[in-house]
Amino acid sequence: MIPLHGRLWLLGALAAVLLPQLLRLPPWLAACCMGLLGWRLVIDLRNRALPGRWSRLLLTLLGIGAVLLGYRTLFGPDAGLALLSVMLCLKLLELRTLRDAMLVIFLGWFLVAGGFLVDQSIFVGAYLLLTVWLLTAALIALNHPGGPAHRYYLRRAGLLLAQSLPIMVLLFVLFPRLPGPLWGVPKDSLVARTGISDHMTLGTISELAESEAVAFRVQFDGPVPPADQLYWRGPVLWATDGRRWDPIPREFPPAWFRDAPSYEALGEPVRYALTLEPHDEHWLFALELPAALPPGLNVSADFQLLLPRKATTRQRYELAAHTRYRTGALPDEQRRLGLQLPAGRNPRSLALGREWADRAPADIVRTALELFRAQPYWYTRRPPLLGEHAIDDFLFETQRGFCEHYAAAFVTLMRAAGVPARVVTGYQGGESNPLADYLIVRQSRAHAWAEVWLDGQGWTRIDPTAVIPPQRVEAETDLQRFRSTDTPLLNADLGWITRNLSRLRYGWDALNNAWNQWVLGYNHQRQKELLQRLGLLHFGWQGVVAALFGAMGLVLAAVAVFLLRQGRPRTDAVVRLYERYCRKLARIGLRRLPHEGPADFADRVAAARPDLAEASNEVSALYVALRYGAARTETLSRLRDAVARFQPRRRRGSAATAA
Amino acid sequence: MATPLTLRQRFSLARFLRGLGTETGPVTLDRRRIYILPTRQGLLLGAVLLAILLGAINYDNGLAFALVFLLTGLGVVSILHTWRNLLGLRLEAGRCPAVFAGETARFPVGVHNDGGEVRPAVILQAAHGSEATADMGPGTQWVELARPAPRRGRLPLGRFTVATRFPLGLFRAWSPLELAMDCLVYPAPAPQRGLPRGQPGIAGSGGQHGQGHDDFAALRPYHAGDSLRHVHWKAVAREQGMHTKQFAGEAAQELWLAWELLPRVAPEARLSRLCRWVLEADAAGLAYGLRLPDRTIAPDFGPAQRRRCLEALALYGERP
Repeated sequence: MIPLHGRLWLLGALAAVLLPQLLRLPPWLAACCMGLLGWRLVIDLRNRALPGRWSRLLLTLLGIGAVLLGYRTLFGPDAGLALLSVMLCLKLLELRTLRDAMLVIFLGWFLVAGGFLVDQSIFVGAYLLLTVWLLTAALIALNHPGGPAHRYYLRRAGLLLAQSLPIMVLLFVLFPRLPGPLWGVPKDSLVARTGISDHMTLGTISELAESEAVAFRVQFDGPVPPADQLYWRGPVLWATDGRRWDPIPREFPPAWFRDAPSYEALGEPVRYALTLEPHDEHWLFALELPAALPPGLNVSADFQLLLPRKATTRQRYELAAHTRYRTGALPDEQRRLGLQLPAGRNPRSLALGREWADRAPADIVRTALELFRAQPYWYTRRPPLLGEHAIDDFLFETQRGFCEHYAAAFVTLMRAAGVPARVVTGYQGGESNPLADYLIVRQSRAHAWAEVWLDGQGWTRIDPTAVIPPQRVEAETDLQRFRSTDTPLLNADLGWITRNLSRLRYGWDALNNAWNQWVLGYNHQRQKELLQRLGLLHFGWQGVVAALFGAMGLVLAAVAVFLLRQGRPRTDAVVRLYERYCRKLARIGLRRLPHEGPADFADRVAAARPDLAEASNEVSALYVALRYGAARTETLSRLRDAVARFQPRRRRGSAATAA
Repeated sequence: MATPLTLRQRFSLARFLRGLGTETGPVTLDRRRIYILPTRQGLLLGAVLLAILLGAINYDNGLAFALVFLLTGLGVVSILHTWRNLLGLRLEAGRCPAVFAGETARFPVGVHNDGGEVRPAVILQAAHGSEATADMGPGTQWVELARPAPRRGRLPLGRFTVATRFPLGLFRAWSPLELAMDCLVYPAPAPQRGLPRGQPGIAGSGGQHGQGHDDFAALRPYHAGDSLRHVHWKAVAREQGMHTKQFAGEAAQELWLAWELLPRVAPEARLSRLCRWVLEADAAGLAYGLRLPDRTIAPDFGPAQRRRCLEALALYGERP
């Protein structure tokens, strides 16, 4: 029924489609799939019989059982993909007709799409093109009973795909995207959690210090603000038991927490676009303090940006911030929370704080910072373990800590001295990609700092870590982070290999960023922005759809012209050249009569215009040789030259004789 | 060649389903003649694409969008490729060799591909018969369409379609055609019964026919139509040229195969018997004549006579 070469192509293309799935399946399930593929291969090559209906049914039940065993469910992306892979392999065992084979190809495409739920990297995108190419070639092979022509299938499939690429781009850009999901996104999101958590115990942020994973990328509308203003605000922590710090509970927030806060901006806002890597949390990191909000986002009373849903996909946000500001009055609830300290913990720190209580708040802050600067406090990524009174141990015993130690200790001292204070977590700084115009903020930039409430200024950011003198900072990169956003590796006088590796790394990140921004992150919002900029939204969405169809029509017309040209008879070129020669003669009044053969016409031309005889006879002879004799390609080019050279000019008085 | 169609003709459903009626001469498949619709698989792919699109919208999955749009483009472009696979082919009726009733008539259809590109997997499908698939390279290719020939007479090939699903099988382009081509169907020969002997009242059918083979009389130069059995092969071997042996009885005997010899036999059965006689007489190398109520063929022998007689039998009752 189906030609053998078609079946083999089908198996090969299917193997390519299944490969990335197999790498994700439990090994024994992957082995089952490979076994089924191999079985079908033996059936095809050795001409064996297909298994009977009952054995197929048994195998199907076994397959479902195997997936259940591996995933405990048949639903959800992971189990669904596994089930589809196994069923696709089982389908091969009852593949008889062309219809079955084509169904397998379509399901193969479906499987490729399913794989995108798990991974959408550039590699996967490139592999997508490869598998679609192979599946298309297999489809051509299946529909070509005339026998194997493997290279032709690949070439033809490549041609088809090349011609459909413009249509893909048009549809991708112009097909109206809908905001929000059509139905619920499943609970078991596929995002691995990295990044800042919603609470802080001493030591959690230093765990991130070694991670080079990207937290988010930022593109500024104007110049990048100085590095000491790049504080990316995340969860704000109020409540503490002496070791652990917690935010206002999101599930049961007090009434004041939902109130939009107000502040007085000093200076112009900074505008930027932030693309957040999915971190499976409800907050967004934003430059302090957030100004105009995009729709859907909320700002809490402590200036956290809150998302309507957990961030499970990479998303781009257009934001603005005022880096210089003055916040308003302090409500009583906030003052109470900002002074809260657990009883019976860290007695020495509390005692130290109370000593300062009668001074002015600004003076208290200065005193505390002076303490960190003057005393031998070290900034280290590997702080020693702390005991029950963690802040006491850090302040008076070990004196070695990461940012969270300094932030927690500072806030404890402030609260003890009667200054309302809170811990803010997030990221600090960022490295600019030297090859593209954006800032990369990695997990290693995770940071904790403090905010104190001062009369006349409101909430004021104090970063106690920043006062540690450079000689007491252990890691070079930690030292760098407050200084500038310049990328150290490219500036430093490093070896050629290191420099180029680093260049490669930034180039790759730039490519990934572009991919994320324009392929994966191209959603309703971005489409609207782009179309507005292109002026297409001027006529509403109908205009966009009309533009889409118009452009597709143009592409198809171009494809049709290409195809018709390709299929034009070979002799046509000869005829066209001869017709051009005739047109040239007609212009000077020598018209070829319908019944006149080329030789007769040439004779008549020679008689009428002896000066043209030689050139005209040459064209005529070449034409006759090509048309009626054994044609050779070099003769065609000679004819082309001869016709091009043939430039008859009207002679005074000759028109009369020619007519 | 193709006359312009009126608007009504252009959109008539009958033309869509049945083509333009019988045409003589080569027919070029131009734009007006080729129709195209999605196949069942094409519709299935549409459903699969819709499912992927819904998933892509729901999960806001950029690459799934890209895949759907790429495959949509592939489908749309394949319409043009499929259509183009037929465009410009020229079809021509060939000469169909005559068959006996009950056999299968084979109609050769010439497919001319004037372009330089191969047109793979072009399907010729007769309305009442077989289907043939072939790759049409540049040049001319003859494809045979078979149709069972149950009855004597002229058998037309009837309507057939040139179709293709190449390259992707998602669309089928086709063109219904009816080329003027017939196959002559002789009556089915009746079982062998021996030639008629000694009919009174029929001139020249002497009793000794058949023996004439043995009485060698003379040699005369061979001319086309002489039975090869009577060629003087020894003379050929001696390079003395082709000669035909003449037998004594032959000139005298004239075998008449006549309609009246078979009274009380149904007409079609009579034709079958006559057909068998013609074959036997021809095999025996006899000169024979055929007399039908509407036609008489003078005695002669050889393949030309055989063809003449069989044709008369095939077309008996039909006025050309």
